[in-house]
This record gives sequence, C-alpha cells and structure tokens, in this order.
Amino acid sequence: MICFDLFIGFLKVGLFAFGGAYGAIPLIRDVVLSYGWLDDEMLTYMIAVSESTPGPIMVNLATYVGSSQAGFPGALIATAAVVLPSFVIILLIMALLKKLLKNPYVQAVLRGLKPCIIGIILATGVYMILKNGLVMRSGALQIRPLILTAALGAVYFGSGKVKKGGISPIGLICLSAVAGIAAYGWR
Amino acid sequence: MILLTELFLTFARIGLFTFGGGYAMISLIERCCVEQKQWITHDEMMNVTVIAESTPGPIAINCATFVGYKQKGLPGAVAATIGMVLPSFCIIFLISVYLDGFLEIAWIAHAFMGIKIAVGLLILDAAIKMIRKMQKKPIPRTIMLFAFAAMLLIDFFALRVSSITLMLIAAVVSLALFLMKRDPGKEGAAK
Repeated sequence: MICFDLFIGFLKVGLFAFGGAYGAIPLIRDVVLSYGWLDDEMLTYMIAVSESTPGPIMVNLATYVGSSQAGFPGALIATAAVVLPSFVIILLIMALLKKLLKNPYVQAVLRGLKPCIIGIILATGVYMILKNGLVMRSGALQIRPLILTAALGAVYFGSGKVKKGGISPIGLICLSAVAGIAAYGWR
Repeated sequence: MILLTELFLTFARIGLFTFGGGYAMISLIERCCVEQKQWITHDEMMNVTVIAESTPGPIAINCATFVGYKQKGLPGAVAATIGMVLPSFCIIFLISVYLDGFLEIAWIAHAFMGIKIAVGLLILDAAIKMIRKMQKKPIPRTIMLFAFAAMLLIDFFALRVSSITLMLIAAVVSLALFLMKRDPGKEGAAK
C-alpha cells in the first residue's frame, strides 16, 4: 500500500514539475508533507544532500523518500515514478506530436504555468528562510539562526556582485556547514 | 547492442559527474553527445533544451530520453535514461541507509543547522534568477504575484491546498485570456 502511495505521489511530482529542480521542490514538499513521509526539517536536509551529490535533484529526492519509507523497493518505485512522465512525454513528442509544443493553445497554457511556478518557488524560498532563519520551532525569535541567515545571505548574494557567477550552490552548502558548526559548536 | 551499451555508459558518466542539477548537466551533455560522439547536432541540442523547459520532469531525463531515442529507438531511450538515473540512485540509496545515524553525531547535526539556512537561500536565488528572465508584461507578473501570495498563505497556515491546484488555475486563466483575446472578430489573427 505504501508502495502504491509512493508511486502515485511521485508520479504527480514528475508530471507537474516544470522548470527543473527548483520547480520540483515545492511539489515534493507538498506531496511528502501531505502523506506525512518526512517532516520539513528532514526534507530540507535532504534537499541539501541532493544538491551536493551528483544526478538530478528530483531523482535524488525520490530515491531518498522511497528508501526511507519502504527500503529498496520503495526507492525503486519512487524513482521510476518520478522519471516516467518525462520519459513518456518526450517519446510522445518525438514519435507522434512534433508540433505539439508550437500549438497556440498549448503555448497559452505554458504561458500561464511558467509565472505561476516562479511565484510558487519564490514563496517556498521566502517561507523557508523565514521559518529557519527567524522563528525556530518554539516560535520564539532566536539569535543564532538570525545571524547565520544574514551572514550567509550577505556572502552568497554579495559574491555574485564581486565575481561573475559568485559562489556555487555546493560552495554555499559547504560554507553553511562550517558556519553551522561554528555557531552551534559552543554552548 | 554495442550502441546500447555505449549510450548507457555515456549517460551513466554524465549522471555521475554532474552536480547541481539540470542546467549544469546541459553543458556536459553537449560536450559528450554533440562534440565527442556526434549523436545529435548542436541545433538539436538547443531544441531539446527548449522542449525540456516546456515539459515536466528532470531536464537531464528529457535529454537522455531524446538522445537515446534518436540513436536506437525505444531500447536506446530506455538504456540512456536508466544510465542517467543509476549512479545517483545508488549513491542516494546508500546515504539514506546511513543518514539517520550520521545526524546523531553532534557536529554533523550542527553543520545541518547551517545547511538548512543555505537551502532556503538557494531556492530564493533560483526564483530571483527566473524572475529576471521572465517577460516583463502585466499578465505574467500578475499571475506570478498571485501564485506567490497564495503559496505563502498555504505555507504559513498549513492549508490543505496543493501547489498543483494553483498551477491548474493559472493554466486555465491563461487559456481563457488567450481565447478571449482571440474571439472578438479574430482581430488577434491579423498580427
């Protein structure tokens, strides 16, 4: 039964995840939280792990969630489910519907989808920063996450201004790990 | 059979050596499949990128399926796609077995307190980059702002509304606007 849920859940992710990995993160949060597979904390950790290991982020998250819920079969089913829609859609487009994407109605739908996804990604980013950086679990304002957020934000967005491209995502994750140890290592 | 093995191995190598998701992968796929193996042309590669952006799913999977199908039909598509997925599947599966144990080690838990904040910043940055590339027109901007506000409300109040619902609404609204613009006297067709 859990395997069936995993399959349906990640099929939804694969089918609606437009706009690459960051478009998929809000969807995966949605599915994973609504089934109660992981909490927000663990999911955030796994996003960082997926970003720091090779391969498509969506596939990495599917494998992890599947494995955490139902071991190896779960990992296999969730991964297959997240890959299946894009696999089938590309085959259909190549074999049958070469002009599908140029169809004006399809274009109109895509024109609506793209800004909507950007809005969803923006909201997810803002929400995660507010939740992790300002108000932690108890709801009380805590000083360490606040300082970490300000410092990491300044370094990351500042580096893009100094040097073209700035710090890479993996660079930021390594830096934040060191900053986390530095901030929480002492009592 | 040799070609199938080659497709599988090439995409397994791409899957193993690209960090940071889709767009980082495109340059490597370009180098392997266009310059070295000459499986597809540069123009076709640009085409796949556009298709990948307009279809759901991981961009890397879209590319692997496309190249594999082009070379060897359905078996080729399967070989390339499995090759793409396999390395990260193995790595993440191993991590998933040990991660809980890792998090009990104090300094690793501390590191993740910092990492958690970095993830939020990365998502915000991705959104900002997409907004910069977005068309500066009133309709997409309005849709973007509505989606942003709605999603923020959903997150903060833990509402049971899926982001898929928001996407379906945006698609219907955009289609309706298109049909309304088109209908009156077919003026739109003249442009």
